[in-house]
Formats: sequence, C-alpha cells, structure tokens
Amino acid sequence: MAKLILSMDGLVLKEIPLTKERTTIGRKPHNDIQIDNLAVSGEHAVIVTILNDSFLEDLGSTNGTVVNGNPIKKHFLQNNDVVELGKYKLKFVGESAATVGAEKADFEKTMVLRPAAMKAAAEQAKAMTGSSPPQAAAGAVRATASQQAVASATAAGIADKDPRPVPAPAARPAQPLGAIQLLSGANAGKELELSKPLTTLGKPGVGVAVLTRRPQGYFITHVEGANRPAVNGQQIGAAPHALKDHDVIELAGVKMEFFLKA
Amino acid sequence: MDLTQTLEIASCTDPGMVRSHNEDSVAADAANGLVVLADGMGGYNAGEVASGMATTVIVTEMQQVLASARPYDVDPRTSQEIAARLLREQVLKANTSIYQAAQSQPQYAGMGTTLVVCLFYDNRVLVAHLGDSRLYVLRDGKFKQVTRDHSLLQEQIDSGLITLEQAKNAQHKNLVTRALGIDPSVEPEMHEYRTKPGDIYLLCSDGLCDMVDDDDIGMALQALGGNLKLCAQQLVQMANDNGGRDNVSVILVRVLREYPAARGVMAKVFAWLK
Repeated sequence: MAKLILSMDGLVLKEIPLTKERTTIGRKPHNDIQIDNLAVSGEHAVIVTILNDSFLEDLGSTNGTVVNGNPIKKHFLQNNDVVELGKYKLKFVGESAATVGAEKADFEKTMVLRPAAMKAAAEQAKAMTGSSPPQAAAGAVRATASQQAVASATAAGIADKDPRPVPAPAARPAQPLGAIQLLSGANAGKELELSKPLTTLGKPGVGVAVLTRRPQGYFITHVEGANRPAVNGQQIGAAPHALKDHDVIELAGVKMEFFLKA
Repeated sequence: MDLTQTLEIASCTDPGMVRSHNEDSVAADAANGLVVLADGMGGYNAGEVASGMATTVIVTEMQQVLASARPYDVDPRTSQEIAARLLREQVLKANTSIYQAAQSQPQYAGMGTTLVVCLFYDNRVLVAHLGDSRLYVLRDGKFKQVTRDHSLLQEQIDSGLITLEQAKNAQHKNLVTRALGIDPSVEPEMHEYRTKPGDIYLLCSDGLCDMVDDDDIGMALQALGGNLKLCAQQLVQMANDNGGRDNVSVILVRVLREYPAARGVMAKVFAWLK
C-alpha cells in the first residue's frame, strides 16, 4: 500500500496510507488530510490512486503545489517524491517500496554494473548450485549467461525487479496521412505522400524547408536559404508552422498545396 | 590553432517528457575543438552533479593544458603524440573529482556518469567514451555508429546471446558496465579517426537512440544538415514525440574544411632528428 509521510521541519507528524481512490488535501476539516496552515488552501490538492499508481493534482490552490522543488498542476507520484505545501512536506512512499523496502525500479534510468559486484554475485550463485542436487546444478549451468548476468546484477542490488513489463514504445497514434500536390513549376500536378517523419522540399542555396510529421500533425520549418517559405501568402518565421488541410505553400518560386488524405 | 572557423557546433538538451530533472550535461569549446556529453546517474540531483562535474572538469582542464601544448606535439619520451595522453589524464581527473565527491558527501553516494568526448585536431578526431552515450557520423550520405556501448546489452549482442531485434525490446537497456566516477580508477575507451570536410558528428545520450531508430536519426541529419541548430532541436523533438522517457541530449559538429596541423619549423626539425 502506498502511503504519505507528513512532516514539518524534518519532524515526522504522521503516516497516511492511501486507501481511498481520492484522498483530498486541504485546510478545511472535511479533507482526508487536513493541514491547518494558512498557506494551504481550503481544498488544496487531491491524490487519485488507481491500483498501484497515484496521481497528484492541484485543485487551483492559492499558493500552488510543489513536487521535488517544481510547481505542478498534475503529477504522477513516484517513490520518494516530496510534495511541499507551505511549511509542510508530504513524502510519497510507493507500493513496492512500502512492501519490499526497495526502491521502485526505473528501467530507463541508467545504472552501472560493477564487475566486482557481478563476480561476487556469480560466485555466490556458484556456491549455491554446488550444494544443490546434481540435476539442479546442471539446470543452473544451462541457464543462459544473460539470465545469470541479470540475476547477479539483481543480487548485487543494482537492477531492481519490477514485475511490470517495460512499456512498449509509444505507438504513433493513428493520424491521417498528409500529402502535397505541386500547383506550379515543371512538375505541376505531381503528388508527394508525406509518410516519412521528415520530408525536405526546395532547392539548396535558394530555399529549403522541411515538413515534419508529428503526433500533433504536420509542420513546416525553414531550414536554409534567403527565401523563407510562405503559407497562404504569409512568410513563416523561424519556428515550425503547423499545417492545416488545403494550406498553400510557396517555396523557391513553386506553389504547392498541402492536404490530408482521408 | 583556433578551430572556431573550422567546426560548426550546435547542441540541445532537454529533460524529456517524463522526468522532471535533466541529468544530462553538454559542453563545447569550439576554439580547442572539444565537445563533451555526459549522462549522469544517481539519486535526487546527484546525476546532474556528476554529469556537470564531468563536462566542466574536462573542458576547463583541457583548456588549461592546451594553452601551453598542442595535441599533435610529440612526447620526446614515448615519441607519440600527446593528444591521447592529455585527454585520458583529464578524463581521469574528472573521474577522481566525481569519485571523491561521492565518497565524501552522503547525498552523492554512488553517483556516476557516462561520457563521450571528441577532440578535433589535425584533420582527425580523438574519441573517448564510457558507458552508453554514443558518437555517430554522417559521411557521404552514410550514417554510422562510431562508438560501441559499454553496456550489458552490447556484451550480450557481441557474444551472440541475443539478436539486435531482441535487444530493442530488452528490459535491461540501462545497465552500463563502465562509467565515470564509480570506481577510483577507470579506463576510457579511446580511438582516433580521420575526418573529412562535410562530415557531421553526432554525440547523444541514450535518451535519443533508445527512443528514435538509427535510420530516422540518419534521415534527420541528412535532411537538416544545412541547419545544425534546427537539426539538434528536431532530434530532441523526435525523441519527445516518441515518448521522451529519458533526458535527451545531442551535440552536432560539422567539419567545414580541412584543418591540418600547422607544425612549426622547430617541430619539423625535431621530427627529422628522430
């Protein structure tokens, strides 16, 4: 069970387990966690807990909610996060940490494997298999080196096990495919599908722009050359410009229309 | 030799979409042809401290030693160029500083950082690296990885235990086998390569190469090579669009022209005497 540790000036005041789906924090007495301090708003913040995950949300408080020194509106609470409300501090202790006592795993976080630790762990493992029945030992030997390495890393307290699988890389959300059709120049009428994340347009030395495909849609950015591209007759600035269906782009003297394919 | 007119450098660093802290650190000294990128690790802000120390120590120490020596000077004792020795010494200095800080201050215990450093001189680039921060190069339209990670995953790939395809979905991408500041001494991997005008070098933290396919990175470099600053921002944006689960940092260096060492008369005489 995840919990919060309420403290002031380093003094622990109480521990609050997050048993409810919504745990409210504020100065008024009806809050689940009441903090009687004028720096705290009547309804200051709420923690929404769904299964093992807790989210902190500021309820438009006067003085704001700060997590690890950064003001937040909404925040996914991680183990050892410190929420500051005026003089009070609320430390969040996550589920796995509270039960296992180990820090919650973070697979993206770079960690170092030390050869010494690995060797010690490997020897430990060897000693264990030595005392086990021969069959089990043979099985252990057959275990792949990768498993051993991971196991030894775990034994050395480096890699933390997290039962949750690594989330798959975020799939690109379904997004209509864009294309451009040339309206003038030698290739007028030609169509170009924008299926790649980046498509460059224009002539080097005259004007080059890039069309980027992002989850939010398509953007055009000026890359090089004296002539900036124009969208619907207006020259774009240095920042990427979002493209809308049927926008007309003019680049290095060539007009083209951007459109979304159904 | 001042390389500000020879090398075009752009960098960009971003905390990503998930993390609140940026534990990466980048630094560049165009005049001396030096670029440094570090990806720190350790609790709270210790990662930032480690990577920040690594980049500052290496850049300032290299500036000091290069004020009185040139990388292509020959050491009379070993009759080898001093570049590799100089760079290695500064990396070891950074290692000692981080290690000692980690030992003396409890809040920094266990901190460390990956590192990739490039020193450009005499139409060459000297590369030192530790951990899983990488160097890539785009030359003649081909995009290639130059450094090989010091990571458990790379060791497994090398020994044939897993395929590249399996590696993409591996769970322990983040375990590095060598890093700066973890042990009292460390051996950076160092190599030297010839450069060619038009080359674009990319130094990046794992926040980029874990989130964006090498093919897409190469495509961005090719498409936006004309505008390095924009290219750096685009790479960071691509990592963030794909989820941005880690800090993302990139340094891009384009070689604009040849930069052979201007060896003086004394050096020539010296070389002849040998």
